[in-house]
Amino acid sequence: MKSITKQKSQDEVKQSLEGLDRVFIIGCGTCTTMTKTGGIDQVVEMKEHLQELGKRVTGWTVIPTACDDMTEVSMKENKQAISNADCILSMSCALGVHRMNLYIDKPIIPALDTLFIAVEDSPGYFREACAQCGQCILGETAGICPITACHKGLVNGPCGGTNNGKCEVDKEKDCAWTLIYNRLKEQGRLDLMRKYQPPRNHHIVPKPRAVRIQ
Amino acid sequence: MVSRFKEALNSGKFVITSEVAPPKGTNLEKMLHHIDLLKDKVDGINVTDHQSSVMRFPSLGGCLAIEERGGEPIMQMTCRDRNRMALEADLLLAYSRGIRNVLCLTGDAVPVGDHKEAKGVFDLDSLQLLRTIRQLTSGQDLGGNSLDGAVEFCAGAIVTPEAQPIEPQLIKFEKKVDGGAEFFQTQAIYDLENFSSFMKYARQFPVKILAGIVLLSSARMAKYMTENVPGIFVPQDLIDELSSIPKEEMLAKGIEIAGRTIAALKKDSLCDGVHIMAIGREEVVPDILVAAGLMKKPVT
Repeated sequence: MKSITKQKSQDEVKQSLEGLDRVFIIGCGTCTTMTKTGGIDQVVEMKEHLQELGKRVTGWTVIPTACDDMTEVSMKENKQAISNADCILSMSCALGVHRMNLYIDKPIIPALDTLFIAVEDSPGYFREACAQCGQCILGETAGICPITACHKGLVNGPCGGTNNGKCEVDKEKDCAWTLIYNRLKEQGRLDLMRKYQPPRNHHIVPKPRAVRIQ
Repeated sequence: MVSRFKEALNSGKFVITSEVAPPKGTNLEKMLHHIDLLKDKVDGINVTDHQSSVMRFPSLGGCLAIEERGGEPIMQMTCRDRNRMALEADLLLAYSRGIRNVLCLTGDAVPVGDHKEAKGVFDLDSLQLLRTIRQLTSGQDLGGNSLDGAVEFCAGAIVTPEAQPIEPQLIKFEKKVDGGAEFFQTQAIYDLENFSSFMKYARQFPVKILAGIVLLSSARMAKYMTENVPGIFVPQDLIDELSSIPKEEMLAKGIEIAGRTIAALKKDSLCDGVHIMAIGREEVVPDILVAAGLMKKPVT
């Protein structure tokens, strides 16, 4: 599982840092390193870019996994440089921003947009695989998720926009229901496609979603 | 008050429906003109619901106008823009105002239209919408609550007989039949051989099929459709037929092609009727009916 991110434009980062002249930068050694949006190289580039803008970079670090409890340790190690900064510029995904938020009162400015949670199908190709809908029907759809793989999230078969196995939104994209159909057919389980899927429950876990494990 | 369209479907006659597109704005003049032109010549008039995801005057509004002018509206309803509550509420309003026919569609994707950043809703799909109508008919809403006054619609859906691969579409077709669809309007068909094999299959089911006839207004338009519109396949000989004549005669040729297609469908009783889509050329629908031998040329 990888959290997929993209860098915000330089203009947007510049605007978000208005009035915040001393900056500490935090990258992540896991997902944003993998996607080349917030690993060591990108953090160093960002440092140089901010210095060109006249900012003072009080320090930087790349936390091994910014969304887990190592964030606290890492932030303690960098306590001095962080306390000298007006803000933290985060080059982790939003999960990392949330984690940092637990340990510091200063503003944390995201330099990245978090797009989706993906699996790496082949080297460098990251595909959204799960929308965490709370009602998994992968067992009935040959392991292909119509909630994420179909543009419209349809659960009862293809729409009329499908053409030669492709999606109406993008001719490069596969129609999820053609994939599901082909796979179920191979498995001799096409009857599953005939089953009526009722309207989804959008409040399996009411938002805001949280769970306490005892 | 029952659906006159449903009566036509059940009468055994060759049923004709057509459609009008609401305007982008509040100037209804053109749409009302098309309604007046068609209302006494066809058994039902569809009103499109933000077709191609382009925001327009609503389908429900167009249907009310047809109803007020004495025509028989078929309300197209997509699942793209409204969640289940809004769809149910609009069905209650439509029924209370005399609308008796609904065509249930999933709806085009938002990014193909003119509000590319809007949220696509798709809380329900076309099949779930059909079943919602049946549930409202039974006097209950999707929350399981009783209605004070139920609805009664002649509900239909669409099918694409020329889709590749076809089997996933047919599975969905059968789910729609089980879900209570009484009629189907098909995506445009041109290849009668392919369509008759679809009809052989479809005849097993207790539903009425109206073949989709899209007017080919030019060779360019025919080529564009076959290359870009999912599920539409215009055979090369029709494109050649249009290409071989001067541009200004193409529309008349398109009318002739539509007319002879309809006449062939009717002659062989291939299907239960046709749904004529003139896409911006609604004023020539009567000419198509004349060309099909379904109407005498009006004396002018």
